[in-house]
Amino acid sequence: MALLEATHITKVFGGLVAVNDVTFTVEPGSIVSVIGPNGAGKTTFFNVLTGIYKPDKGQVIFAGQDITGWRSDQIAALGMRRTFQNIRLFGNMTVLENVLIGMHVHLKASIWSIIFRSRNMVREEAKARNKAIELLDFVGIADKRNELAKNLPYGDQRRLEIARALAGDPKIILLDEPTAGMNPHETTEATQLIRRLRDERGITVILIEHDMRLVMSISERITVLDYGSKIAEGDVQAIRTNPRVIEAYLGRGAAGHAA
Amino acid sequence: MTTSTSAQSLWQRVTAPLSSGPTAYAFLTFYVVVCSVLLLTNPRTELSTDIVFVLFMLSMLVAYRSRVSAWFKVTLGAIALGIVLPYFGTLNPFYIDVATQAGIFTALALGLNVVVGFAGLLDLGYVAFFAVGAYAWAIFSTPQISNINPAWSPVDPIMFYPFLVIGLILGLITGVLLGLPVLRLRGDYLAIVTLGFGEVIRVVANNLDRPINVTNGSQGIRDIERPPLILVDLVRNLGVQADDNRLYQLFFYYLVLIILLLTVIVVAHLKNSRIGRAWEAIREDEVAAVAQGIPRVRMKLLAFAIGASFAGVMGVVFAAKQLFINPPTFDLLRSINILVMVILGGMGSIPGTMLGAIIVTMLDLQILPRTAAVIREAQAAGLPIPRQFDPTQYQRLFFGLLLVVMMIFRPEGLWPDERRREEQHEVEVGEEELEADKTVASTSADTGR
Repeated sequence: MALLEATHITKVFGGLVAVNDVTFTVEPGSIVSVIGPNGAGKTTFFNVLTGIYKPDKGQVIFAGQDITGWRSDQIAALGMRRTFQNIRLFGNMTVLENVLIGMHVHLKASIWSIIFRSRNMVREEAKARNKAIELLDFVGIADKRNELAKNLPYGDQRRLEIARALAGDPKIILLDEPTAGMNPHETTEATQLIRRLRDERGITVILIEHDMRLVMSISERITVLDYGSKIAEGDVQAIRTNPRVIEAYLGRGAAGHAA
Repeated sequence: MTTSTSAQSLWQRVTAPLSSGPTAYAFLTFYVVVCSVLLLTNPRTELSTDIVFVLFMLSMLVAYRSRVSAWFKVTLGAIALGIVLPYFGTLNPFYIDVATQAGIFTALALGLNVVVGFAGLLDLGYVAFFAVGAYAWAIFSTPQISNINPAWSPVDPIMFYPFLVIGLILGLITGVLLGLPVLRLRGDYLAIVTLGFGEVIRVVANNLDRPINVTNGSQGIRDIERPPLILVDLVRNLGVQADDNRLYQLFFYYLVLIILLLTVIVVAHLKNSRIGRAWEAIREDEVAAVAQGIPRVRMKLLAFAIGASFAGVMGVVFAAKQLFINPPTFDLLRSINILVMVILGGMGSIPGTMLGAIIVTMLDLQILPRTAAVIREAQAAGLPIPRQFDPTQYQRLFFGLLLVVMMIFRPEGLWPDERRREEQHEVEVGEEELEADKTVASTSADTGR
């Protein structure tokens, strides 16, 4: 059974149909990409999936539950985590604290055990701390755990955002342009990290990405959006040669040459 | 540039040995003993005593910042606040009253700090929760209660203690009732609604003398009951010669001290927990916080309710201590006053908030009136100071200026929140910092020559 099934998703802002009747299925353990020109509605689609926007039409089923219209925090608690296109870390908190916040839903200490600082609460905090350090180690910035998030270099901020998403033990992770603004070397490292998410941790990955080399090298399936509508879907080879995709990216006429 | 760095490093060179190592213990002991002796040998009410008193209070903050063992800090604090200050209070009741007021407002500021500093919710009507607690005890402990139902009579004064809990619960309930509808609002709107709510509570207190006289309107409620003094015989046996009023001052001082201590512990524990982190995350970036699974409204409501409950408890204490409350006690300026404490000290910072509360209360009750008295004496002696100039009249102006200056030069507050680091790391960083300071000090000293 599919892990995530979005059917006939439509989201309208005023007169603009940002996402138009998109149906999208993700199998567990896969890496899929959503691509499309700027303004194609990719991020809006992510925002609908993660509950930041409610869809005007359509249904989202995640891990066997109908999550259409759920609040963002409920969806996150169910195991769908994301990163943001324009990094949204808690800049004035330390790197470690950022990861600990990702763990919020898994920490069970009641308000009383916090006020009295019960032994269970202390133990839980210590455990969370160790797990956070382990996750930071996984993304390769454990040595920077006490720095403020805003002081990290750009690439490390992206890594931290992934570590924070991982802290929620997600079933699926949505990465919104994880390599935007990175140089080729950083992009290669990021690609490896994304692959390790799936290979070492078994997390399903959905990717919005503009770097075609990354998309083509990593994705098992690709969905192409243009003007809010899905114009193509398939494996790398099918997308690479799809005339509608080439047209959307390079304009009318280019399709003929490429083929 | 050069002068400022060398001045700073000179400051560091002087203070570094005093804030760590064996010299720190000697220095702190010396500091506290000198202040104590000065206070106890000169218990008059004048400007010099004020200054020593402020220095005495500051010693607690110096001790807190020094790198000395925790038990030493606790012992020093216990001796200074638990023995020296109350004893001084028996010699000069004015100062014990100032200290008690400072304690009440410190607890209030800590409560507001949970709302404004931790969760980032601007609450301009915080004093409303304080009023709820105060009026609860005032109504139930005086014949006002018989106006509501003639069959009811004032509760026994011993009920004061359960009423501390009732005040807490009332504050909590009021906080939730106000919070539920408004916490979905964003920053500015929330500020306006809380502002309105604060005024509503005050106006209700002002007008609820008809049709049934519940609050006695603008005349306020007088002769509020105090709890019976416990351990009074024991204290008398210790040789304390004091009438009931003096003993009540001591009683309220200790009561406030205990509640304040509990408040600090609760607030500090909350801050270093998943709840405190969630608040901070919401303050930093709401969308990102929610994307981590943090239930936004529930967390905000929790902050609101916890802040309000501290105010509720302190309201009960305040009413019993003052014996008289009226609606103007709980006006907007009072809310703003508490907010100033938080902002001045450093939003989100527990020691900062306490420092801010102490500074504002001291300025309010002590330093400004005293300066006024000194200026009046100078006027009487013939110095050409205009008659109209009276610092107490310019109190608001003074706070306003203070805030403007703060926002320009130190927007993060006098004592901003220090990032928690892992304990182990803290030591390393501390030593590195010290090393770095020494290097800076020596190099700048070299270039100076």
